[in-house]
Amino acid sequence: MPLSLPKHLRNSRLPAYLTALVIGFAAPLAHANDLADIQKLIKAGQYSQALDKTDAYIASKPRDAQGRFMKGLILTEMNRPMDAIAVFTKLTEDYPELPEPYNNLAVLYAQQKQYDKARTALEMAIRTHPAYAIAYENLGDVYAKLASQAYDKALQIDSSNATAQGKLSLIRDLISTSARPGSKPVAVSSKPAEPAKAAEPAKEPVKVAAAPPSEPVKPAATVTPVAPPAAMPAKPIDKAAEAEKPAAKPAADTAAVDGEISGTLQAWASAWSRKDVKAYLAFYAPDFQTPNGMPRKAWETERQQRIDKPGKISVSVSDIKVSANGDKATVKFRQDYKSASLNSSAGKTLVMIRIGGKWLIQQERVG
Amino acid sequence: MIRRAAFGGVLLALVAVGPAVPVSGAKQTPPATYSDAGIEAQLVRIYAEIEKNRLDAALNLVESLLHQYPNFRLGHLIKGDLLLARARPISTFGNAANAPQDRVADLREEAVARLKAQRQKPAANAVPRYLLQMQPDQKHAVVVDTQKARLYLYENDGGHPRFVADYYISHGKLGAEKMREGDKKTPVGVYHVTTSLPRQKLTDFYGSGAFPINYPNEWDKRQGRNGHGIWLHGTPSDTFSRPPKASDGCVVLANSDLDALAKNLQPGVTPVIISNDIEWLSLDDWQKERAALNQTIDMWRADWESRDTDRFLRHYSKKFQAGKQGFDEFARQKQQVNAGKEWIKVKTGNLSMFRNPGKDELVVVTFEQDYRSNNLSNQMKKRQYWIREDGAWKIIYEGAA
Repeated sequence: MPLSLPKHLRNSRLPAYLTALVIGFAAPLAHANDLADIQKLIKAGQYSQALDKTDAYIASKPRDAQGRFMKGLILTEMNRPMDAIAVFTKLTEDYPELPEPYNNLAVLYAQQKQYDKARTALEMAIRTHPAYAIAYENLGDVYAKLASQAYDKALQIDSSNATAQGKLSLIRDLISTSARPGSKPVAVSSKPAEPAKAAEPAKEPVKVAAAPPSEPVKPAATVTPVAPPAAMPAKPIDKAAEAEKPAAKPAADTAAVDGEISGTLQAWASAWSRKDVKAYLAFYAPDFQTPNGMPRKAWETERQQRIDKPGKISVSVSDIKVSANGDKATVKFRQDYKSASLNSSAGKTLVMIRIGGKWLIQQERVG
Repeated sequence: MIRRAAFGGVLLALVAVGPAVPVSGAKQTPPATYSDAGIEAQLVRIYAEIEKNRLDAALNLVESLLHQYPNFRLGHLIKGDLLLARARPISTFGNAANAPQDRVADLREEAVARLKAQRQKPAANAVPRYLLQMQPDQKHAVVVDTQKARLYLYENDGGHPRFVADYYISHGKLGAEKMREGDKKTPVGVYHVTTSLPRQKLTDFYGSGAFPINYPNEWDKRQGRNGHGIWLHGTPSDTFSRPPKASDGCVVLANSDLDALAKNLQPGVTPVIISNDIEWLSLDDWQKERAALNQTIDMWRADWESRDTDRFLRHYSKKFQAGKQGFDEFARQKQQVNAGKEWIKVKTGNLSMFRNPGKDELVVVTFEQDYRSNNLSNQMKKRQYWIREDGAWKIIYEGAA
């Protein structure tokens, strides 16, 4: 049986993904503008200016996690891993509830081949956010690396040459609250570009609230080629074949399905918000792929504990984009989560399946 | 998860062990101290956790085992499997990419040997058939089982072998029953430690020390076996242990085990009996065999004293051979000698009897012989090989030991 992580998210190259900090620290607009400027500098590769500006920003807002997180990213880009590690380490101390600094710390440790430290950091990221798919994926890669080291010792071999060290993928357009690794377009080779594009799950241009589902998508120009494989490349291609004649009728069906799924999602978020664990769990298909392949029972228990802890939870979904094919659908949306200890806004992807007229969640991941 | 269960199955398939050592009515005496129990006991616990699908607990145990024994390669392999099982489904034991399959197979054999040793300990009232009688000055005896990759140390407790400890060992790459120089096999037979070579006189390959044994012995030579340099020795510093079949014929122990064993080895004295597959006897059966042989040896002694040459010679096999002398020549000589005797007194002392492992029913008897007669007296250390022919024990070789 395959691991719980969807195949397309698994990557043989070891890449651990540096993640964007999308936690909503409702920053005043001025600061948001500063951050946007810094981000532009990063995109332009002007790291030292970006660093200066970030330092200035942090000086005015010493406790601001966004700014410090960005500084860590810039230092990583500038190939100053020790400094970046220091920044992220401090962030994990000050904001132990945030998974992203742990994750990025792990990426840096993995680059240093300090896999034990990377493992610890990722396990912390997952402890803070059990549903943090990127951390699971990175952890899987780190486990594989640790396994490889153990095998080397066991068998007196040197596998470091055999399996070339994969280059880590850095996501550059980090701080925008739109792009998450999983939502990036990928070049689908050997297929006509047009249908493939048309059929791809809708990509949200930054800040666009809801693009019409049938509209061909323009990938953002700034997207970097080092993105991980996009979600479910196989499906869109299949669909492309049958969508040769984009007609009005499928669009109508699509609208119906969209409606069903949107309704399901809202109900799911509502069950979560009112801490109705039983109702919440009922949205998951019998063959739901639990994080890291943990037993279903254990996952349910963990979810129960998470959801049922004291304090108010508010979960809302927006920006829902459905890409359906028969009884199967890939659903992307923005999830806003608020609790006593954490506010987050993250892109999420669900793979859903229609069983007995009901849409159930088969896979769930961030991005 | 199926994935995990399958993994457990893979590892557990290793240790589908057969029935325990076939000695019935084992009275449960307090467990003897297995000085090597450390590793085996921990491995058993690790596999128990895997069986219960508690891979995290198993990983913790492996890590603590490796903390104790950082060069324990099998431990690293299990650790690798447990870690990899978290990253992706695994289907076999030793999932390293590009792993040399022979090395994985070696470690698998080591795992099987170690786990079996822990799960199939000899019954408390069982003794290796070979240790029929130890000399009073032999404080300990060593018995090796090549198939089980195990060495057993026994203490001489008033003539009774008492179990002390057992250790994992490696033997010849091509198995046991050495015949020729360079055949990469370990000899099977009754030997003893001849000397002790300290670490300082050895290269790192031999680890913490070495104890040569007297292969080829009298019987080996008679069978035309050759070769030399069969030692008990330690392990190079880059590994805790070697696979079950790894040496050119030597018996190899982990350095810590060799050190523990070395304290009990007396050069020139301590017997080392190497078998393919130890035969175990209950104490009752062992006692019977021992008594019958003692009786036969005493009859031989008494018949010698009787000066009745025919009675004396019936203890010798027609295939008797001592040096170049065959039975007929030996018989003629005895007849001549006995003709001149008015009286003979023979005493045997410090006598040991060790059964030779293998198909032939053969017992190696060593003793101090005090021979007195009207015209000659002589004290010597003698060794005889007694063989069972047509239901009776006969001497097939004798000579000075």
